[in-house]
Amino acid sequence: MLLEVSHLTTVFDLPGGPVPAVDEVSFVVEPGETLCLVGESGSGKSVTALSILRLVQPPGRIAGGRVRFKGRDLLTLAEPDMRALRGAEISLIFQEPMTALNPVFTVGDQIGEALLVHGRATRHEARARAIELLTAVRIPDPAARVDDYPHQLSGGQRQRVLIAIALACKPSLVIADEPTTALDVTIQAEILDLLREMKNALGLSLLLITHDFGVVAETADRVAVMYAGRIVETGPVRAIFASPQHPYTRGLLASMPGLSRTRLKAIEGTVPMLGSLPPGCAFNPRCPDRFAPCTTAPPPEYTASGATTAPSGHTARCYLLDHAAR
Amino acid sequence: MPLVEVSHLVKHFVRGGGFLRKGTLVRAVDDVSFAIDEGETFGLVGESGSGKTTTGRCMLRLIEPTSGSVRFKGEDVLTFPRQRLRQARRDMQIVFQDPYSSLNPRMRARTIVEEPLVIHKLGDARARRDRVAELFGLVGLDPAHLERYPHQFSGGQRQRIGLARALALNPSFLVLDEPVSALDVSVQAQVVNLLMDLQQQLKLTYLFVAHDLRLVEHICNRVAVMYLGKIVEMAPVGSLFASPQHPYTRALLSAIPVPDPDAPRNRIVLDPASINREANLREISSGHFAAV
Repeated sequence: MLLEVSHLTTVFDLPGGPVPAVDEVSFVVEPGETLCLVGESGSGKSVTALSILRLVQPPGRIAGGRVRFKGRDLLTLAEPDMRALRGAEISLIFQEPMTALNPVFTVGDQIGEALLVHGRATRHEARARAIELLTAVRIPDPAARVDDYPHQLSGGQRQRVLIAIALACKPSLVIADEPTTALDVTIQAEILDLLREMKNALGLSLLLITHDFGVVAETADRVAVMYAGRIVETGPVRAIFASPQHPYTRGLLASMPGLSRTRLKAIEGTVPMLGSLPPGCAFNPRCPDRFAPCTTAPPPEYTASGATTAPSGHTARCYLLDHAAR
Repeated sequence: MPLVEVSHLVKHFVRGGGFLRKGTLVRAVDDVSFAIDEGETFGLVGESGSGKTTTGRCMLRLIEPTSGSVRFKGEDVLTFPRQRLRQARRDMQIVFQDPYSSLNPRMRARTIVEEPLVIHKLGDARARRDRVAELFGLVGLDPAHLERYPHQFSGGQRQRIGLARALALNPSFLVLDEPVSALDVSVQAQVVNLLMDLQQQLKLTYLFVAHDLRLVEHICNRVAVMYLGKIVEMAPVGSLFASPQHPYTRALLSAIPVPDPDAPRNRIVLDPASINREANLREISSGHFAAV
């Protein structure tokens, strides 16, 4: 496996006490695969991404767990080694193409910077490489665009530039945090196509963070669904869509608008505040299938068939899968 | 007779420019015409910058259009003097996209919902109090939370407050400007259901401005697709999704991510050269218009 996150816990030390934004999160990314991390705002998916790269800012801190990447434990790595790894072996594409680029440097400078910082090119070569990368992400007229400033580009083009920067050092893992959320649907489709193409061409792995099950269906090999800082369900993409096991996953899929003008099957209630999670399963107050054990303790991981955990199969944290409890 | 009839609506903005320097003219809304029937939900879709939000705001004169007419119940809103416009606004209201920035953070929920009644001098304090409580119930908010401030509500609840405010004056027409796009997925469906229930209950007519085409397909009766300030296609929702005629509509519909891993992906990439910018809308089949 390329990346193995186990029992990762990231807390924010707030005046009212520590709040776990990421709570005992475990998952694996295999070489060449796309794992989609799905969840709503506040589910902890972005903090998970930042934790992997150790970019969580105070009052946030990583409180426990392990992040193994190519056999190395990233959480104990010395900061200079970590810095050498960020952007070179694992790179991050942010959500906001409007703010992730520096407005006072040209596009070429910013792509070149990634190469220079990691010693992958001399100043002279950097410009030529930047033009190559702009060509690869299909920016028209790259030799001219390389001297443009971000404000001269459209939102879609800026996102392409961010992808070019992320790919500059040929990383083996790209983490993309809602890379298309700020974009129009036609541009979103082009960017998703580009990411998929680049992934296949370079053989890299993709950890894609999204809230949109349409995007998941188009890109994922496997899916992890997050709710209130915890992963509630993991599985191959077809299994997740064909037989979602957790009532939250089922609710999300059912609440999507379809063809008929009937009422949508909404999930009742709202996403809980992380500081005041209900006891037991965090979803239990909104769950249509709640029963006695749900309010006792956070459920362990069950396989879709109901036995105990299997390493790469379809699992969910829900007592409904515990035949003894039912 | 349609409830709202927009004809040849034009809004030009001047971008840039300044002292001794001329700006460039942006045709945000460029000769747009459509009509909405009573009780109908009319969708306006298009990418950002296509002019859909500007069109909605021009209809309420939140932005003054450059030219054209907006007939509401037969009268041209654009010719109304100030006082008459204020009166007309009772009947046509808007719900904004962002429930975080469209509510005054220093006002209690009660005051926010009551404000339109105060402005229009409707009822005494007691009658207004009763009306606000009624509106809270109508949009599914707990009347126990009347004294709370916006930050004490979740996004979905805030959008309900915005809706209660818009409904306070008993309007017949609502402009819904991306009303759920800022909400969490699990909460979107609740608000969509509420909008559809209220429409039934209060006989409302909606202009639904949106970029989420799955939602538009679900909620709208008819849809107009805007591209660079113009309507390029307009049709009943079933007809538009089943047989899109304009190259832009085709590209747009093919770009919707389908929540099915096994769905065929036939992405149509828009070739701008395939668009005839001079073409006028013409009727392709019954009620289905396209500028091809």
